[in-house]
Amino acid sequence: MLEKPTDQAPEVDAVTGTFTTGHSWDGIRELNTPLPRWWLWLFYATIIWSVGYWVVYPSWPLLSSYTAGALRWHSRDAVVADIDSLKAQRGPMVARLAAASLQEIVSDPVLLDFARAQGRSAFAENCAPCHGAGGGGGRGYPNLNDDDWIWGGTLDEIAQTIRHGVRSGDADARQGAAMPAFGRDGVLKRTDIDNVAEYVRSLSGLPTTKADLAAGAKIFADNCAVCHGETGKGKRELGAPNLSDPIWLYGADHPAIVNGIWNGRGGVMPAWVGRLDDVTIKALAVYVHSLGGGEK
Amino acid sequence: MHPDADIAAAARKARSGKPPLLALVHDAAAAASAGAAARAPDAGLPGPDEEGPLYVARRKIYPQRVKGTYRTIKWAVLLVTLAIYYGLPFVRWDRGPAAPDQAVLVDFPNRRFYFFFIEIWPQEVYYLTGLLILAAMTLFLMNAIAGRVWCGYLCPQTVWTDLFQSIERWLEGDRREHLQRDQQRWTINRLTRSACKHFLWLMVAWWTGGAWVLYFADAPTLVKELATFQAPLVAYMWIGVLTFTTYALAGHMREQVCLYMCPWPRIQAALTDEYALNVTYRYDRGEPRGSVKKSAALRAQRKPAGDCVDCYQCVYVCPTGVDIRNGPNLGCIQCGLCIDACDAIMARIGRPPRLIAYDTDLNIKRRQSGQPPQVRIVRMRTIFYAAIIAIVGAVMLYTLATRQDEGISVIHDRNPLFVRLSDGELRNGFTVRILNKSLERRSFALTVDGLPDLDLKVVGDTVTTGRTAIVSVGPDQTYELRALVSTHSPLPPAVSVPLTFTITDTNSGRRSSAADHFRGP
Repeated sequence: MLEKPTDQAPEVDAVTGTFTTGHSWDGIRELNTPLPRWWLWLFYATIIWSVGYWVVYPSWPLLSSYTAGALRWHSRDAVVADIDSLKAQRGPMVARLAAASLQEIVSDPVLLDFARAQGRSAFAENCAPCHGAGGGGGRGYPNLNDDDWIWGGTLDEIAQTIRHGVRSGDADARQGAAMPAFGRDGVLKRTDIDNVAEYVRSLSGLPTTKADLAAGAKIFADNCAVCHGETGKGKRELGAPNLSDPIWLYGADHPAIVNGIWNGRGGVMPAWVGRLDDVTIKALAVYVHSLGGGEK
Repeated sequence: MHPDADIAAAARKARSGKPPLLALVHDAAAAASAGAAARAPDAGLPGPDEEGPLYVARRKIYPQRVKGTYRTIKWAVLLVTLAIYYGLPFVRWDRGPAAPDQAVLVDFPNRRFYFFFIEIWPQEVYYLTGLLILAAMTLFLMNAIAGRVWCGYLCPQTVWTDLFQSIERWLEGDRREHLQRDQQRWTINRLTRSACKHFLWLMVAWWTGGAWVLYFADAPTLVKELATFQAPLVAYMWIGVLTFTTYALAGHMREQVCLYMCPWPRIQAALTDEYALNVTYRYDRGEPRGSVKKSAALRAQRKPAGDCVDCYQCVYVCPTGVDIRNGPNLGCIQCGLCIDACDAIMARIGRPPRLIAYDTDLNIKRRQSGQPPQVRIVRMRTIFYAAIIAIVGAVMLYTLATRQDEGISVIHDRNPLFVRLSDGELRNGFTVRILNKSLERRSFALTVDGLPDLDLKVVGDTVTTGRTAIVSVGPDQTYELRALVSTHSPLPPAVSVPLTFTITDTNSGRRSSAADHFRGP
């Protein structure tokens, strides 16, 4: 029970000689022990110390700027300094990476580890927005983990694609032949497109509906085989995907295939030369190659 | 009453002295109201509108030199603990060419901790948890048996304060001499003594800071570098910080650390019980106190007379300035020096020793009611603490004895969870890290089990033959590789198949494994 403090002078505890607060809880009284004096001086000292911060570091906001402080310290400069020291630390390995060919990099375990680590962070920064954090891709953006390459999966082919992009406007970009819009441009009728779509599904062993597969096969041979090949295996030099495997860039369902035939397709990828330095592009090629689908 | 020594009265006086802030406020109030002068407190007693002083000035303590059992124990503990602290970094321990040969080393750049035959990696930092539990329980056990043993003998604050006080007594004299000198004007003599004291203090503090950094690098090399100003800046900074803290805490703050900063006295008071031995003034024997002659006269008249002759020796020798006769209190670190001081007096006046002794209040009450005293070391509390110490210690020893020199950890790719290859095969990607904690290069065979027709491909420095990859890992190192596991087996939909990754030392056959899953559509 808390008794009300009295208006009497504070009582002094007999044992300690310290004043009590006058509060009493079940007969237990609370000592009002004073703080040590040095604590007070320490408190003042910290206030004085804080003035040092105003002088040395940026502190006071002004109308359009701020007080910069005697050290002229700036968080952006600190980041730049950190990055520079990291670059200096990596310098020798980066130089080795620059001098080595892609084949030399993958056959040297130390260079391979370094390139993969560099590649992983460069991938996360530049490639992940489209291809996914682990290169898993998505509809319209190729999965870089599998062994189905539209433009080739050797180290040099991957590096070439990264460097100059796909239909990027770069002089050396992968151009190939973009898929025409068979339906929109009136080349094929809707029923023909439905039939050829089901035929294409049958190429990779997918179940088909009652559509006329024979008619579809004829349309395929007349219109599609030029780029995708007689058996639908695709042609890399044209960037025409393999239609006979279970990997579908734009989806394997009937509407998705019909949509592709009707409106055409032509994926693009930016050219990274000029945006990324050559060592980073090499590291990216090694990293993508090491994801699992890389070809010899 | 003794002229300069009523500590309680002095403390009371010191506490009631008004600090400047309060005085200012009070002066302003007095000026504002004419009637306030009448209410102004006299003799330091606060008026009804005051709540006592907010701040208290420190009372300087001049602990007197003392000889005796506990002083000897304290010297011995001081010598042993300081010898360990200053000398341990120089103790060598041969671990072969792949590891440092310093017995105790915290190697931050390489993330290793070495303690004689023990080497701890960052992922084994739970040993530290075990050590902290052991330390806490040992502290509690010491407290349950004999009170603040830690505070009185082992605490670094006590040990270094003791050292600094003995330097002070050596240069500025024992209590009486030092007191007199402090009241005199500054002379060349006094100035020299004081300067020498501070110089020696700073040297000890500097050496203390210097020893600290030697635990974090090869000690002989670092000493050479420090001496030739080649050492890293951070070493000098830490030496500077620890020089300052040692000088400030042991030279100047002293008992203030125990009274105001340290949490242990508060916890200790809550953890102790009535059977814990404490440095205790046996008031059943000591009271009523009085002079030797008065007590002798009382005894001759067969009237009650105590053994305490009120000589204040127990207060004079106390490093924290408490009067043990006021009973147990926060300021008492229970170093036992008052026991030594009192025993010397008792011997001189021909009374039995241990008027102040390790005892309990319970025993005093028992003696007063004619019962024999009892000491109960073994009781539920001590058994409990000892059991926890034994269990945690046993678990730590067991994990240490069965510590594996190799390890494997596996992380499944998060994106994509699985890949369908052009021939319909399913593949999962894993990041595998192989740990070699031994101090020589070893080669491991990495295998994966869990599905009937698994194929293992490894990206990294390996030789893969069939479903086994051979990986070589350097001494005291880890190696990370990418493992691609694929299968043609039809998988049940939406089910993860458990996989086991195993490494086997190609020489010794020792193995370690980690579990993960194979995921499909």
